Amino acid sequence: MGALLDPWRDPLMQRALIEVVLLGIVGGTLGTWIVLQRLSFSAEALPHAMFPGLVGAALLGLPLVLGGAAGLVVAAMVIALASRVRGLDRDAAISIAMTALFGLGVLLALSPDSPPGIGELLFGDVLALTTGDLVLAAGLTVVVLGALRVLHARLAIVAFDRESAASLGVGPGRIDLLLLLLVALAVLICVQALGNLFVAAVLVAPAATARLLGRSLVASMAVAVAVAIACGVGGLLLSYHADTAAGASIALVTVVAYLLAAAASRTSASRRAPRPA
Amino acid sequence: MSDPAAHPAGAERAASTVEDPAVLGAVPASLCAHARDSRADGRPLVELEDAATGYGPDLRLREVTLTATAGQRVAVLGPNGGGKTTLFRLLLGELPLRGGRLALHDDVAVVPQTERSRLDFPVSALDVVLMGTIARRPWWRGPRREDREQALAALEVVGLTDRAGAAFGALSGGQRQRVLVARALVRDARILLLDEPFTGLDTTSGDRLHQLIDRLAEAGHVLLIATHDVRQAQGWDRVLCLNGRQVAYGAPAETLSVETLEATYGRDLLRLDDGRTVRLLGDHHHH
Repeated sequence: MGALLDPWRDPLMQRALIEVVLLGIVGGTLGTWIVLQRLSFSAEALPHAMFPGLVGAALLGLPLVLGGAAGLVVAAMVIALASRVRGLDRDAAISIAMTALFGLGVLLALSPDSPPGIGELLFGDVLALTTGDLVLAAGLTVVVLGALRVLHARLAIVAFDRESAASLGVGPGRIDLLLLLLVALAVLICVQALGNLFVAAVLVAPAATARLLGRSLVASMAVAVAVAIACGVGGLLLSYHADTAAGASIALVTVVAYLLAAAASRTSASRRAPRPA
Repeated sequence: MSDPAAHPAGAERAASTVEDPAVLGAVPASLCAHARDSRADGRPLVELEDAATGYGPDLRLREVTLTATAGQRVAVLGPNGGGKTTLFRLLLGELPLRGGRLALHDDVAVVPQTERSRLDFPVSALDVVLMGTIARRPWWRGPRREDREQALAALEVVGLTDRAGAAFGALSGGQRQRVLVARALVRDARILLLDEPFTGLDTTSGDRLHQLIDRLAEAGHVLLIATHDVRQAQGWDRVLCLNGRQVAYGAPAETLSVETLEATYGRDLLRLDDGRTVRLLGDHHHH
C-alpha cells in the first residue's frame, strides 16, 4: 500500500497528480470528439507542427506558451486550408503541413544560437511544473470544456453525417477548424508535462479505449476521462518506482490500457458471435 | 397537384394511399405552416428556367426548366452522374446558378441516403431529428422543450414515436430513412428533396415510406424524389428526366415514353418484347 501512497507525499508528485487529472479531463472529452471526427492523425500531427513555434520562442526569449500558441494556430490554419484543396485528402494535407513545419523547427533548432534544453520541448517534464503552470493549465481546461459544451450539437452533426451538415446550416470546414484550434489549446496544456512527442497518448488513446467500452456519447466521454486519469496516475507511479521518464511512462501505460481493452472487446465479441452448427 | 382529373397519376395516388393512423401520424400544422393556403392558390414552390450549374468551370447540369407546385411528387430520373445530386445541391444553395433562373418560394430540406450517415455514431433517433432544429437556434443554446416537442411530433408523423430513444444505428433501413424525413420536417421546409430514399428497403418498408410521401404531399409539401424505379415514377405527379441536361419534364403519362427513357439512360435501357415495359440494367444505386 505504501508503494501506492508514499509517492504523493512529494510536492512535485502532488503537482504532477493535479496536472494528469487536468490532462485526463481534457484528453477524455476532447479526445472523444477527435476519435469520432476521425481527426486522430491531426491530433498527432499538431504537436509536431508546433515545434518551430516553441523553438522560435526559445530563441527569442519569449514564454514557450506564446511560441507554442503561435505555432499551433499557424499549423491548424495551414492544415485546414490544405484540407480544402480539391484532389488532396485531409491526411495528405496534414502530412505535408506537419513535415514542412517540423522541418522548419529542426532548421531553427540546429542553428548556432539554439539554447540548451530543446529536448524538454520534445519529451516534457511533468515533475518540473510550477504552480503557475498548473493555474494556466486549469484555465485552458475550462476554456476547452466550455467550447466543447457550446459546440456539442454542431460537432455531433458533422461527425454523424458530414455530407448533409451544410444543408442543416453547419459548415463542416468551420467545425474542423474550431476543433483543431481546441486540439491546439489542449496541446498547450499537455506539452509542458508530456512533451509534444507524447501528447497523442492523452488525446487519442483513452478516447479510442472508451469507444471500445462506452455505449453512448456521454458514457464514452466519462470512460475516456477515467481511463486517461487512471493511466496518468499509473504512469506517474511507474515513473516514480522505475525511475523512468514520466511522459514516456504515461504514454506506455495508456497504450497498454488500450491494447487490454481491445483484447477484451474482441474476446467479448467472439463469445457473442453464434457458433457454427 | 390538386386536380387528379388533369393528371391521371393523381387519381392513382389517392387510390394507393393507405390510411393507417396507427403507423403514420397526421402532419400537424406546426410542421407545414401555410400549407392549406398554398394548395388552394396553387402557387409554385420551385421554378427553374433554363437553369445550369456545375462544379468549377464544368457545367454538370443545364437546360433545366420546370415548375413544381405544393402537393406535387416529382420523380427525378437519370443515370449515375446524370445530374440528380447536382440538381439537389443547386436547390440547397451548395452549388451556384451558372445560367438561367431559379426561384424557390419556401425553404428547402434534404433527406439524404441513410448509408451516408455513420451507423456507429452513438446517437438516438430523437437526437437525429433534433439536428434539424439547429439552424434556428442561437449558436450557444441547446434544444429547448419546444424543440423536443416538435421533434417528437415529427417522429409521430413518420410513425416512430416509440423508437425515439433507440440508437439510430440499431433501426432498420426503412426506420432510419423515416427518421431522416422527420429531421427534414422539423426544419419547417415545404420543399423536400429525397435522395434515392427507397434504396435498400424491403417491400414493407418501401410501402410505408411511399405512404409517408403521399401524406406529406397532401399536407402541402412538394417532394422531389431521386429514384431509378420507373414504375414508381409512373404513380407520381411529375417526372423529371436528367442526363447532364433536362431530357423531359411533365406528367408521367406524357413523359415516360421508351424514347425519353432511352435518351435519359442510353445503353443502360433494355426494351422488353412487349414494347411498353422497360427495365434498367446495371447498378444505379450508388453515385
